[in-house]
Amino acid sequence: MEWETVIGLEVHAQLLTKSKAFSGAATKYGAEPNTQACAVDIALPGVLPVFNKEAARMAVKLGLAIGASINHRSVFARKNYFYPDLPKGYQISQYELPIVAKGQLTIDVDGVEKVIGVTRAHLEEDAGKSLHEDFHGKTGIDLNRAGTPLLEIVSEPDMRSAKEAVAYLKKLHELVRYLEICDGNMQEGSFRCDANVSVRPKGEKKLGTRAELKNINSFRFVEKAIEIEVERQIDLLESGGKVVQETRLYDSDKNVTRSMRSKEEAMDYRYFPDPDLPPLVVTEEFIRHVGTTLPELPDAKRLRFMKNYSLNAYDAGVLTGSRELADYYEQVVRESKADPKIAANWVTGELAAFLNRDNKDIAVSPVTVAMMSGLLQRLADNTISGKIAKEVFEAMWSGEGDADDVIAKRGLKQITDTGAIDKAIDEVIAKNPKQLEQYRAGKEALFGFFVGQVMKATQGKANPAQLNELLKKKLST
Amino acid sequence: MIHKTVAELSVALRQKAISSVELAQAFLDRINKYKDLNAFITVDAEKTLAQAKTADACLAAGKAGPLTGIPIAQKDIFCADGWLTTCGSKILSNFVAPYDATTIEKFNAAGAVCLGKTNMDEFAMGSSNETSFYGPVKNPWDTSTVPGGSSGGSAAAVAARLSPAATGTDTGGSIRQPAALTNLTGLKPSYGRVSRYGMIAFASSLDQGGPMARTAEDAAMLLNVMAGFDPRDSTSVEEPVPDYNKDLNRDIKGLRIGLPKEYFSAGLSKDVGNVIEAAIAEYKKLGARVVEVSLPNSNLAIPCYYVLAPAEASSNLSRFDGVRYGYRAKDYTDLLDMYCKTRAEGFGAEVKRRIMIGAYALSAGYYDAYYLKAQQLRRLIAEDFKKAFSSCDVIMGPTSPTTAFKIGAKSDDPVAMYLSDIYTISVNLAGLPGMSIPAGFAADGLPVGLQLIGRYFDESRLLNVSHRYQQVTDWHKRIPKGFN
Repeated sequence: MEWETVIGLEVHAQLLTKSKAFSGAATKYGAEPNTQACAVDIALPGVLPVFNKEAARMAVKLGLAIGASINHRSVFARKNYFYPDLPKGYQISQYELPIVAKGQLTIDVDGVEKVIGVTRAHLEEDAGKSLHEDFHGKTGIDLNRAGTPLLEIVSEPDMRSAKEAVAYLKKLHELVRYLEICDGNMQEGSFRCDANVSVRPKGEKKLGTRAELKNINSFRFVEKAIEIEVERQIDLLESGGKVVQETRLYDSDKNVTRSMRSKEEAMDYRYFPDPDLPPLVVTEEFIRHVGTTLPELPDAKRLRFMKNYSLNAYDAGVLTGSRELADYYEQVVRESKADPKIAANWVTGELAAFLNRDNKDIAVSPVTVAMMSGLLQRLADNTISGKIAKEVFEAMWSGEGDADDVIAKRGLKQITDTGAIDKAIDEVIAKNPKQLEQYRAGKEALFGFFVGQVMKATQGKANPAQLNELLKKKLST
Repeated sequence: MIHKTVAELSVALRQKAISSVELAQAFLDRINKYKDLNAFITVDAEKTLAQAKTADACLAAGKAGPLTGIPIAQKDIFCADGWLTTCGSKILSNFVAPYDATTIEKFNAAGAVCLGKTNMDEFAMGSSNETSFYGPVKNPWDTSTVPGGSSGGSAAAVAARLSPAATGTDTGGSIRQPAALTNLTGLKPSYGRVSRYGMIAFASSLDQGGPMARTAEDAAMLLNVMAGFDPRDSTSVEEPVPDYNKDLNRDIKGLRIGLPKEYFSAGLSKDVGNVIEAAIAEYKKLGARVVEVSLPNSNLAIPCYYVLAPAEASSNLSRFDGVRYGYRAKDYTDLLDMYCKTRAEGFGAEVKRRIMIGAYALSAGYYDAYYLKAQQLRRLIAEDFKKAFSSCDVIMGPTSPTTAFKIGAKSDDPVAMYLSDIYTISVNLAGLPGMSIPAGFAADGLPVGLQLIGRYFDESRLLNVSHRYQQVTDWHKRIPKGFN
């Protein structure tokens, strides 16, 4: 039988607010345990939550970016359960009325576009962390993260393959960083994903029983976990078994999913509106204002890059992969006035490769916009050749100054003096009479040999175009 | 000196007729002398006298406000920095609060002196003060009877002259009912008038702190300090605070008093009914008019309340889990066992009953039938009041259907206990201000309270109407025998 995979994703994006969702404590990552947990975060008797409006602004930003309608009135509810890292014994979350209603994201898999529905996005607070090491069989609790604002973005079950799921996740990841509402750091858990996975016979309309996969916190693991889970479900069904609704944990070491709890064991969270918090009201004016702060979004930027800079879809895609990279590129084009295509090659080629090699962020690139622009200018005005430019780039990367400094210090200026090139050609011809004879006898492939020899003699500094022209003349006379 | 009102003491302190330290010491001595009443959970003479000393310095420097140097007993539901704050429960029997509730902070800023933390029903769940882990409080008017609850310790303390005034909190009648049963003036402000920050939550949408005093004038002085918007409490209301003492003497000629017929029907003891009628007659003499009003849904108040309040409580009390503070069971095998034993040992029977009722009302499959339905009823009850206030300015009736009952009389019958709040509960559901003032004595010699209910944020009028009554009556001046 042919099977169809159905996937829906729930993404928790930690919002980049300075303070927590319902208290004034800082949200910075990595502080000493329990140094960023105030009376409200540790749920002392008598304390009360006060909502951080900044989190609403960020949620609205996302809502507008995915074309969603914003609920003018949304309600905070309590999700009740006991756990040591949940100090109040309930999590404040939005349940029946989320701040962001239906929206959508367009993904692209192998050149095919597909629209994925976003069911809703709601605000909630994060829990603390249980620390199982270093306590001699006991468990430590760190409440620094407790109360950090999260935006949970829930998709429709619109994805049909692990690849589509990854594409959606990447798209969302790019978007939240564009909007500057989440740093997207998956390792530190600021961008987390659960996947609802089911299979059904192809053509069947009814959804199959789903499993919820947890603990899949990298793009690679999302793909692998879904694939392995789909395989498990199909095997199960084909051998006459039944998929049970449950939560499963992905074990990346063994590449398997394991049952965590079944539907029967699922908790009754006894949701009800939090009486400590009035409904969250966002006015039309507030939404409009947030709309004016929206940056150019990735899709629009990509199209503009293709149109304005005559770039192909691939280069435009790479350059707009992050707002910082796109900004860098545009500044370089503006400052250097270089051919946008050549600038794109340098940014997506040399620069990207070095950033990748040294695991550096574009924001701290040793080759600044000004340096890159200088390099492209020297290339355009023939001071250096493309080959030399690579040497200059590497020197700039390792801190030898800007392009002009490197060219001067290393004497890399291109030779454009016809006399000097002529002289070098004459010497090469004189040293290689045999090759000259063969060439003149019709072995034209040897032209490259002569170019190479002259370049070698000039340490690569001869202007290639001039060299070609002069060499052709000399060899044929 | 111990019989003087807050207003009188305020004058005496400024005139240097007495110092704050002397005053505090006099009350500390009385608290000790009458400790059998069990009105206080914590007394800390050192802290109290240190505060009094500071107050005396302020008085000497001429930097005193109306409450500077006045001893106030604080209900043990308010967190007070450095004070044991138990909320009447074993589960908080070792909890020393590391911060001040907004109310405590405001009293401190006003120069008031904390006399100690008063006994109360566990987590304010009770109408007799019998659910306290620290044992029942005795009513000074008859020590075999209850002082009411949950602010029973505060009520007994003020009635027995162990404190000039006290704070209470009122979720379904916990200020008004004990005030009625001990012959005090107690005010539950409108929901949102007084910050709930630092006041340990029972039912968040109903809880409200307020003053318990001997006169309306004193209650006004305390409310002046307690009222106001608090950025730390999202349910407190940003509404200017008037000077509650300013309009106390305003003429009440032409005042329209609404008498809800539902408050004078079966269930009201004849004795109490007679006292209330006499009080209304007194108001007529002051120029008030009486109109009959109807609160047709008032019979739904108790069932509605006993869904909503436990629902909120079941969630509010989840934080008492033995993990971060408070009592933790000694022996346990794993996390679940620790939770179960801690809460089984740490909470009393009434608290557990309400947690279970609340968890049930919120559980999947029952939510719509209970919680949601109760929310709808709550709106109906609020509508009733709105309609009633279109034809009157103040609603009056009994605070409690009976006078103080015997200790133990209702402690095995929760429903009978719940019914003692039948006239007070709907006021919390509607979020309105309510007062109880001394109105006379029943045949059993025990005090009867007259309840006054006002429009939203109309505390000034309630205080004014109460004060005028207290100018022409002396019920509020009566002292329980043996506490002279």
